Amino acid sequence: MSEARDWPLWEVFVRSRGGLAHKHVGSVHAADAAMALEAARDVYTRRMEGVSLWVAPSAAITASDPAEAGPLFEPAEDKVYRHPTFYSIPDGVKHI
Amino acid sequence: MYTTDLRSPAAKAADPGVADEPQDLVDAFEARVAADAVIEPKDWMPVAYRRTLIRQISQHAHSEIVGMLPEGNWITRAPSLRRKAILLAKVQDEGGHGLYLYCAAETLGTTREAMIEALHAGKAKYSTIFNYPTLTWADIGAIGWLVDGAAIMNQIPLQRTSYGPYARAMVRICKEESFHQRQGFELITVLASGTAAQKRMAQDALNRWWWPSLMMFGPPDEASPNTAQSMRWRIKRDTNDELRQKFVDVTVPQAEAIGLKVPDPDLTWNGEKDEGRGGYDFGPIDWEEFYAVVRGEGALAKERMAARVKAWEEGAWVREAAVVHADKRRDRQEAA
Repeated sequence: MSEARDWPLWEVFVRSRGGLAHKHVGSVHAADAAMALEAARDVYTRRMEGVSLWVAPSAAITASDPAEAGPLFEPAEDKVYRHPTFYSIPDGVKHI
Repeated sequence: MYTTDLRSPAAKAADPGVADEPQDLVDAFEARVAADAVIEPKDWMPVAYRRTLIRQISQHAHSEIVGMLPEGNWITRAPSLRRKAILLAKVQDEGGHGLYLYCAAETLGTTREAMIEALHAGKAKYSTIFNYPTLTWADIGAIGWLVDGAAIMNQIPLQRTSYGPYARAMVRICKEESFHQRQGFELITVLASGTAAQKRMAQDALNRWWWPSLMMFGPPDEASPNTAQSMRWRIKRDTNDELRQKFVDVTVPQAEAIGLKVPDPDLTWNGEKDEGRGGYDFGPIDWEEFYAVVRGEGALAKERMAARVKAWEEGAWVREAAVVHADKRRDRQEAA
């Protein structure tokens, strides 16, 4: 094994075409952000999969805990009034 | 194939299952997987599931990386610029596939360095197919057509595997593999319709790669004791024999279409097979040869590992230089 310290991990996000959001596609190891972008280009966009790339240090991402998914997301479940389909509109009324 | 546990019986015995995990968590996990839920990196999972996946995904990644060697061998000798560009792109893809898979394995808590070290130390296995030599240019066609064809057969169901990062890597890989198979079949087709010598070369490649390709699917079902658990966990979706049969059934007509003969005197169409849908009966597979290759016998296994270790060691200065360069670039930015 090499004496040098291991390259950190970067998460890679690709914008597949103008107008769409960047989407997570995977990760690469690289010594710094500039080299991570170059590696991401080679690993994730060999077939014109993207027009823009983001890389972010994996260690910088804070993720929610799946075990806490209930308390975190369930409060939205009983708030159906947040959806337009909750409201009844008289027949014949248009453009609403 | 990649789902086959290639470790020695001693290594398997030294790695017993884990007993004292909270039963309610185990039950909840089993129920989720049985309902085809997707398991993500931060979800609770049994230690044995995690360990089996790390072994399976890293073995798959190593196969992609070692698989670059037999083909890379022919890049400088490709017969035309077109073929050379294709082969370069294919070998680059294999490197990419290895990287997608190493990343997926890393989400389970192992490190890239640990996996590479295990491969180089001979502790981690890779697909036995890459320990066969590529003697002629036709072998490059046979690898794409048969070896990648068999790999696709194995990988398509893994797109629905229970572990999210593995399934997503498989989706990308499958999309790219079909180019690999078609370029190989095209290469063989051109040779098979060429001069008598070219046709002999194509037939010779089929003769040498046919049986090793069938062995890629792993031991017969009755000799695969872990299959039931892996299928229950949705990290294997079809048995070795089911996939092997499917491969034979689609590949034999392809060989016939280009005038090549599958090297199996016992090969016959059986209309009764598969509840009347029909399928080929084929001859017995030499499993002794398979296990000898798994054990790493033969000069080529040593040569493959020597080539990997050499590339890793000779690349050490690049890895070190990249870190020093990154430090320098950061210091300059901070000073500015």
